[in-house]
Parts: sequence; structure tokens; C-alpha cells
Amino acid sequence: MFDKEKINKIIEERKRWESTTVPKWIENRPEREKEFHTISGIPVKRVYTPEDIKDMDYMRDLGFPGEYPFTRGIHATMYRGRIWTMRQFSGFGTAEQTNQRFKYLLKEGETGLSIAFDYPTIMGYDSDHPMARGEVGRCGVAVSSLKDMEILLDGIPLDKVTTSMTINGPTAMILAMYIAVGDKQGVPREKLGGTVQNDMLKEFIAQKLVIFPPRPSVKLVCDVIEFCAKYMPKWNPISISGYHIREAGANAVQELAFTIADGITYVEEMLKRGLKVDDFAPRLSFFFASHNNFFEEIAKFRAARRMWAKIMKERFGAKNPRSMWMRMHVQTSGCTLTAQQPLNNIVRVTLQALAAVLGGTQSLHTNSFDEALCLPSELAVRVALRTQQIIAHESGVADVVDPLGGSYYVEWLTNEMEERAWEYIHKIEDMGGVIEAIEKGWLQQEIANSAYKYQREIDTKRRIIVGVNEYTTEEHEEVPLLRIDPKVEEEQIARLQRVRQERDNRKVKQILQKLHDEAEKGVNLMPTIIEAVKAYATLGEICDVLREVYGVYKEMIII
Amino acid sequence: MAERKIRVLIAKPGLDSHDRGAKIVARALRDAGMEVIYTGLRQTPEQIVETAIQEDVDVIGLSILSGAHMTLFPRIMQLLKEKGIKDVLVFAGGIIPDEDVPKLKEIGIKEIFGPGTPTDVIVKFVKENAPKRA
Repeated sequence: MFDKEKINKIIEERKRWESTTVPKWIENRPEREKEFHTISGIPVKRVYTPEDIKDMDYMRDLGFPGEYPFTRGIHATMYRGRIWTMRQFSGFGTAEQTNQRFKYLLKEGETGLSIAFDYPTIMGYDSDHPMARGEVGRCGVAVSSLKDMEILLDGIPLDKVTTSMTINGPTAMILAMYIAVGDKQGVPREKLGGTVQNDMLKEFIAQKLVIFPPRPSVKLVCDVIEFCAKYMPKWNPISISGYHIREAGANAVQELAFTIADGITYVEEMLKRGLKVDDFAPRLSFFFASHNNFFEEIAKFRAARRMWAKIMKERFGAKNPRSMWMRMHVQTSGCTLTAQQPLNNIVRVTLQALAAVLGGTQSLHTNSFDEALCLPSELAVRVALRTQQIIAHESGVADVVDPLGGSYYVEWLTNEMEERAWEYIHKIEDMGGVIEAIEKGWLQQEIANSAYKYQREIDTKRRIIVGVNEYTTEEHEEVPLLRIDPKVEEEQIARLQRVRQERDNRKVKQILQKLHDEAEKGVNLMPTIIEAVKAYATLGEICDVLREVYGVYKEMIII
Repeated sequence: MAERKIRVLIAKPGLDSHDRGAKIVARALRDAGMEVIYTGLRQTPEQIVETAIQEDVDVIGLSILSGAHMTLFPRIMQLLKEKGIKDVLVFAGGIIPDEDVPKLKEIGIKEIFGPGTPTDVIVKFVKENAPKRA
């Protein structure tokens, strides 16, 4: 990008500057730290120049937006055309309450829905299972049967809104219920738009909301991808997620590397099923966190796009450019929110959201300032959404594509992230792949180590967190908290019991037996699961059948 | 005579899988010279109390972030009582609203550590409050 002579001149000048101007200045004003690092531990120099990116080739490494290798963005005009999708994850209490929250968010200008399910649902238990005690409707909405899904989506036109569902272990069942509601509304399956998270690898690595062992879990993931590739062209059947890996404690490089390694694994599994890469790859989507270190996050998003494009084109031979697009959703990092001085979180979220936008995300969730205390209140949710709207409409950052492209620092850091991520990916591949690395506990240990290191940095004040280990105050900021009424559990259980009484139990039994047989045979289970939910078989009943066939996962204890 | 090391059980009741905090606390206590047993995720109150008895622990640390603490903590404390276990120090952490703290202390949970608590504070607390045993 730069001619050699000019680079040599810059190097010469840099050396002169370092031996004259710098020492003179810092003699009486020492720098704050001896060494500066990003959160991933990448050393940060005083200043960056063309010297640091002297080997960069503009067309090879950056190119133009909407063109390979998509470093500058997957679309030609990015937010000049359409602002990113503002998608606030929500769900709590009963289906009725969450349905009202959805209608409120749509009225306030949100453009897509995002459903949070409660823990029993996520773990494949009905609301009246003993393990569900005290958990029903707490951290999301309870969905035990199609009845709950019908209420949840009541009055919401499924051909007009897109819906993202954060569900993994029971993805097939929850998607089946969504399809069933679509059928009832008369919306054909090819018109349903949305995303299911459906990424089990990151569950084993980080989030650990796991029902079945790794191999059958990945099999179910692929059933959904295959079904959607055939019948639901507008649906994203998986959101390959770094977010939870990061939240569990990984640093930015680990998040990037482990997520891409997971992506490679899914692609390989689908190819083993005999699908062609361009048949399913365009619908693969990704999900990342946006943490505190502003430039490192931006570099991570840019590096991720370039890496994925290269992998899809060079390794898997994709021809369709859409197969090379890394479409991503970003959520600001929940674990950076502090319970102390909660209003400060609005500022953290703003910076993290800005990094996601400058990094070229397709959709964004901004956390609410009270989330270190409870589920977000309506006020906090509104501020979070307004934060995105202010970035979109007031700051001017959405008017130009990849404004940080060409920054010596950002380009250098993008290269550095990519290089370090590749080292990790190669290490995982040498181990035999992601599933083997999970079975060895290696990935989990890497994350636990990073989490501990980060906490120790805070404890010893090597890392300052405002309001936590510095600038603390005794003053208590009162924020209104959302409380979940314990009656929610009773109401939900009563409805579930009515469903079990009113349905055709003989039919349910028949379909569940068929599901059992098909699971043993190893065929794609989606069609029969749709049949089962339409007969009002409950989530717990369907998962129990599969628990019987697949077994349950026993967590590996790693601290 | 060598002093008996403090034995701690770090337990995760409830269905949530936010184990980052529990693991960090487990490791910090271990690094401070204690013997630490971590239960892993999704333990029922019955399982936690059973493990505490079997492992003969001096201290139990409970971590929960799902909001089910007001259902599960009282159940654990009741089971400990039923089993006649009185001299075990119990502390807790997670996302626990301030207004629940007095109620939890009333049932015998000695301290609640919210988000942002330095691990040193927890280590010091356990050292100072663990029952002295031979």
C-alpha cells in the first residue's frame, strides 16, 4: 500500500522521534503504565504509522464494502441504505405479559422481536417439573406447549415481523411451535423470517444449558439447518455465538477463534449430510459480544468478517458471495454492567454499541442499565433502545461505511486479532476439532483461566472499573426494579394442566412413539416434532422421549 | 499439629448456568489455601445438602443468578436444619435485590455478596467466619 522508500523514511523518523521528542516529554511526565494491553493481552504501542501495516494490500485485505473479503462490511452501502435492526431481547412472566411487551416494543419503533425463554423451557422441562420450581417466567417467558406460543404471538403478523429466538437445546421443538402458529395464521413457511440460536457447541464450551450429550446435540442442530435449507429460505437456522463464550470469561481473541472454529464444525457436519455448501451457508448467522475495549472490539468484528469470507471461499469452495457473508448480531456485554452506580451502565452500553456499529453489525441489542440488579424495567429498556436511535440518527456515524478503515491502529489490530485467532483455531484442529476439545475440557479451562485473570486484574486494581474499584460512592442510586409475581408460576402450571386434559392423549402417545423410533433410526426429526407440537404434546414430553434415546449430558467440573 | 484446612462447598442451585462468579470464587478460596468442592450446575437443594454432609464442609457458598433464590435458599436452609447441621457457615452471591437481603439473613445466610465484590473480601470473610474445628 505504501512504497518502500516512504516506509523506510517513516521508520527512520519514528526512531528519531523515539530517541528525541519522546524521552524529553516523558522525563517529567511519565506514562500512566509501563506497558499498555488490550483485554486480550495484545500489547498496544504508543502510536501507529504506515510502518505497522506496510505489508497490507488494499484490495486483498480490505477491498470495497459488499465485496470480498468483506472486511469493510457485507453490504455496499451499509447503514446509508438501512439502519441496523434494533432488536431488544425480551421475555418474562407469562406468555400474555411478554406478548404485551412485544406490542409495546413494536409501537416504540423496534423492528424485530427477540424472545427470551425461561430456564425450564431452555432445559426442556415443562413448567410443572420439580426442577422448574421457582424458575417459571423468571428470566424469560415460559413455553411448555403450543398453547403458550399461540398466546405469545397473538396479534403479531408473522409475515411482517422477524423473530429471533434464543433457544438451543430444544430449538427443534420451539421452532416447530412457531411454524405451527404460522400455519394457523396462514403464513406459508417460506415467508417466515427470523433466527433461532441453535448453537449447541457454545453451550458445551461456555453457557452450559445442555440437555443431551455433544454428538446427538449437534445432530439436532443440523436437523434444523437441513429442514430450513429445504423449506424456510428466509429463516436463519443457527446463530453461531461468541457472545456466551465471552460472557463466560473468554477474551476477544478467544471469542473470535472459538466462534469461527464452531462455524467450521457446523459446515463440515452439513457437508457430511450431503448438502452443498451454497445450499445452506447463506443462512448461517453469527452473534458476538461488544465489550469494553473499544478498538479491540471493532477490530474483532472486522477480522471475523474477513476470516469467515476466506474460510468459506478458500476452504469450502463456496461460490455464492452470500455464503461468504458473515452476517452478525451484536449484544453489548452483560458482564461489564455494574450493580454499583447503575446509571453509569448507560455510558458503557453506548460505547459498546458504538463499537458494534463501527464494526458493521447487522443487528444490535443494547443492554439495560439495571441488568446487574434484575430483569430490565420498562424505563431501562426504553433508554437502551433510545441509545441505539441516538447513534443511528444523531451521531452521523451511520452515514459513511467503515469510517475506521485505514486507521493505522485499527488495521494493525484487525490483522493481529486474525493472526492470534488462527493460532487458536490451529491448536483446536490439532486436538481433533471442537467436539474433542470440549470432551477434553480444554476450551472450558481456557475460558475459566481468562475469567479468573480478568477478575484478579480488577481485584488488584490493575484494571479500573468505575464505581467498583475506583470512584466508589456510598450514595445509593435507587432504580425501580421489575419484580416477577410468584403467581406467574401457578397460572402457567394451571394452563399446562388444562392443555394436557383437553388434547387427544391417544394421538399424542402415538406421535411420541413415532418420534422415539425415528430418533433411534437417526432420521431428521423436524417433521415429526411439528406433528407432535400440533397435537399439543408438551416440550417436556418431547424432550423426555429424546432423553431416553440420547441420554443426558453430565457436566465436566472445571474451575 | 497441622491446622485443618477450611473445607468449602461452592454450590449452584437453580437452573441458571451463570457459573463464572461461582468458579472465580471457588478458585480464589482454593488459592487462599482452602479445600474447595464445586458442585457444578443445577443442583437441587437436596443434592447440595447431601454433598455438604458427605464432604463434611465447614462453609457453603451458594450462587444463583436466575431470580429463584427466594424459593431455593429457604429450602436449603430448612434442609440443613432438618439434618441437624448448625455449625456450617453459609454465604451467597449472585443477582439478589437489596430488599431480599434481610429476609435471607434472617434464615441464617450470614452474608450476601453482590456483583463486583472483590474476591479478597470473600476470602477474608470466610477465614474470619468459618467455624473453628479440630
